[in-house]
Amino acid sequence: MLGESLTVRDLRICATPPGGEERIIVNDIGFELAPGEVLALIGESGSGKTTIALAMLGYARSGCRIAGGSVQLGDTDILSLNATQTRALRGHRVAYVAQSAAAAFNPSRTLMDQVIEGALIHDVMSRQEARQKAVSLFHDLALPDPEHIGERYPHQISGGQLQRVMAAMALITDPALVILDEPTTALDVTTQIEVLRAFKQVMRERGTTAIYVSHDLAVVAQMADQVLVLQNGETQEHNTTARILEQPAHEYTRSLLAAARPQDHLSPVEGRHGGELLDIHDLQVGYGSRDGQGRPENVVLEHINLHLVRGQALGVIGESGSGKSTLARAVAGLVAPSHGAVQFDRRELSTTLRGRTPDQFRRIQMVFQSADNALNPAHSVQRLLNRPLETYFSLSRRERRARVEELMDLVKLPRDLLDRKPGELSGGQKQRVNLARALAAKPDLILCDEVTSALDTVVGAAILELLVELRRELGVAYLFISHDISTVRSLCDDVMVLYQGECVESGPCQQVLETPRHDYTRRLIGSVPELRQGWLESRPTRNETAAPVT
Amino acid sequence: MRNAMPKLVLGRLSSSLLTLFLVSLVIFAITSLLPGDTAQQILGQFATPEQVAALREELGLNQSPLVRYWHWLTGFATGDLGMSASNGMPVAQLMNDRLPNSLLLAAITTAISVPIALTMGLVAAMRRGGNIDRALNVVTLSMVAVPEFLVATLAVLIFAVHLGWLPALSYVSTVESVGDFVRIYAMPVLTLCCVLIAQMARMTRAALIDQLDSAYIEMARLKGVPPVRRVLRHALPNAVGPIANAVALSLSYLLGGVIIVETIFNYPGIASLMVDAVSNRDLALVQACAMLFCGAYLILVMVADLCAILSNPRLRNR
Repeated sequence: MLGESLTVRDLRICATPPGGEERIIVNDIGFELAPGEVLALIGESGSGKTTIALAMLGYARSGCRIAGGSVQLGDTDILSLNATQTRALRGHRVAYVAQSAAAAFNPSRTLMDQVIEGALIHDVMSRQEARQKAVSLFHDLALPDPEHIGERYPHQISGGQLQRVMAAMALITDPALVILDEPTTALDVTTQIEVLRAFKQVMRERGTTAIYVSHDLAVVAQMADQVLVLQNGETQEHNTTARILEQPAHEYTRSLLAAARPQDHLSPVEGRHGGELLDIHDLQVGYGSRDGQGRPENVVLEHINLHLVRGQALGVIGESGSGKSTLARAVAGLVAPSHGAVQFDRRELSTTLRGRTPDQFRRIQMVFQSADNALNPAHSVQRLLNRPLETYFSLSRRERRARVEELMDLVKLPRDLLDRKPGELSGGQKQRVNLARALAAKPDLILCDEVTSALDTVVGAAILELLVELRRELGVAYLFISHDISTVRSLCDDVMVLYQGECVESGPCQQVLETPRHDYTRRLIGSVPELRQGWLESRPTRNETAAPVT
Repeated sequence: MRNAMPKLVLGRLSSSLLTLFLVSLVIFAITSLLPGDTAQQILGQFATPEQVAALREELGLNQSPLVRYWHWLTGFATGDLGMSASNGMPVAQLMNDRLPNSLLLAAITTAISVPIALTMGLVAAMRRGGNIDRALNVVTLSMVAVPEFLVATLAVLIFAVHLGWLPALSYVSTVESVGDFVRIYAMPVLTLCCVLIAQMARMTRAALIDQLDSAYIEMARLKGVPPVRRVLRHALPNAVGPIANAVALSLSYLLGGVIIVETIFNYPGIASLMVDAVSNRDLALVQACAMLFCGAYLILVMVADLCAILSNPRLRNR
């Protein structure tokens, strides 16, 4: 047993925004962990969960300061240590696993260098011992080629592997406490399950005390003994995981649970409407130079056939790199396919933007994943919505104004937000504006590229609900790109599963998701964490399930 | 993976040569367009048209531009830089007299300014927002803002005229001891350093701060890595590319751009040779100097590029 007990009392953290007054962002947080116990901090973004987790390392990001309270690890009062003592603590007795391993590894140093650095600067062991220990950790974490993976650079291995190397980096000094900050959020579900399993096993073997930060209750249910639900930096509910899942006391906890459960109540609009809208035949997209047959060097998508009628919603699911975003970009005209034909409303759709008519532009609209990047931060909401109206319609000033207000009503935003800039809106509001901008063109087809992925569960669920309603009211068709099966299930009539650039299965949503025929589809569905404890253990390991997917 | 390196270097080298070739075209075209006539210039205002015509024939000025370009380029490739029209000496020899002086001045300035600038940039980045950073910021900004002729003139006023410590003019030929050497080079080097240090220090600071804000530096901090090691081992390797480029751009100025310093201190360098050549319409010399400056610039930029590639495993192992 290596873990030590952790007691946090009355933790308070203040933040000073540039040019603003100091305000409290985390208030009155307290909990106790026995050695080897795992606590989950759960809440939406901005709820202060990462801030609290970092305070366990005696660290506050720039602009923040730990204003009061105590953090007691074993016999050490972490917050009363001086700078040198804090440094000796970090990466030795308390270790941190960051959300994005790709950003948290130094791109210009080898993995081994970085993994053993902590052990060397804290003088825990010799370089030789540290290397051996790292290799054995790589082995425990089920990394491929554990003997040599350390010689590689971060860009040479995949995201899921990198996340596990980061766990090795944290565990190299046998820390008493490990902070895991959304360690699997950036991963595909199929990868996530492997990483979670590896994490859980090594942590249980070592009896490490841990804090697990997440916004995903289903993941937390697999990893944690206790759950602390946060909102606006304050504790809403704190209990054992089982109690939280079965008898949530607080309303906010219940809304989190509801958002995490499969949403049958959203079930799609029934009935097909109207005629043919989009028809894709044997599409191939790639990049790089083309060979004699016109085949690109790197093929991203191949043999894609797709048929969409007016008002239909088609979900496209697959993991990152499966080519699902490329499909949307090809339909939007942002990348030219190397082979195949796209028909829109029975007319050939030019593969490039230049060849398309203004009306085709208007009728196909795209909504991007990140509203932060898609909305011009210097424009007001009013101006953002006016732009497509000016481009596609000739309306008088008054008609435009009326239309903008109508759009705001459609996406359920109060009209007094019209003069705000995107920076002054919340994440959910920004995504609604993003959607309203697409709707302004009165499109027949909306390409939704991971529109809920960047949002918190509760906010994302509300956006999904809005999409369902819009479809019912306006009869618009969706090509809905997602890596999240539950969102596809709640919105779409049909689903198409992409794997390594090819369609492995497609058909009505219910049929495909309930009786999947292809191995990969089964694995994809089986990897979505369920909201019950013990789910992770009940899943067969990959080697047992998978005959390699072809 | 490593054997990609020679190929990469060769690629850079050949593209540099191609650039140099294009530059030679431009230089030749521009110098051909310069107003005035070399023959006229050499013979002076009172030459008869016959004398001018004869000299034109002798200098080959009546041939077509393409032929002249070809002769010039092939001469260049074989080391024959042509004859200086104004004083009848080979261009190569003229440059040979001056180039070592320029290189020496550049080398001394580089050796002094680069370490100082990098240290200043490093310290400023580490102490960002603190008093040291602000002080360094004011110093570098004022160094950039003050024109070098002013720095040079002030230096002469203070050290040569008022204090009388240093000679106002740099007669390189009078160097006999280390003391002489230091006294002669002190002021030119000081003036050049002022400008260069400021530029390089600011670029170093900016490049480092960019890295210090990244997630992997926070990670290093949460591993308990001490501040100096964070900057030197974690941030610096990732900032080598931009810093090397900033240094290369600053240093490229040391050959051709130091005309003011050379003039004020009467230092016999290559920049003043070129300026004299321009005023004398000494085309062969102008062309040779321009090619030299361009070549030096290309070499510096290429070295900086290679530094950037070598320091980045993504590019190195492609």
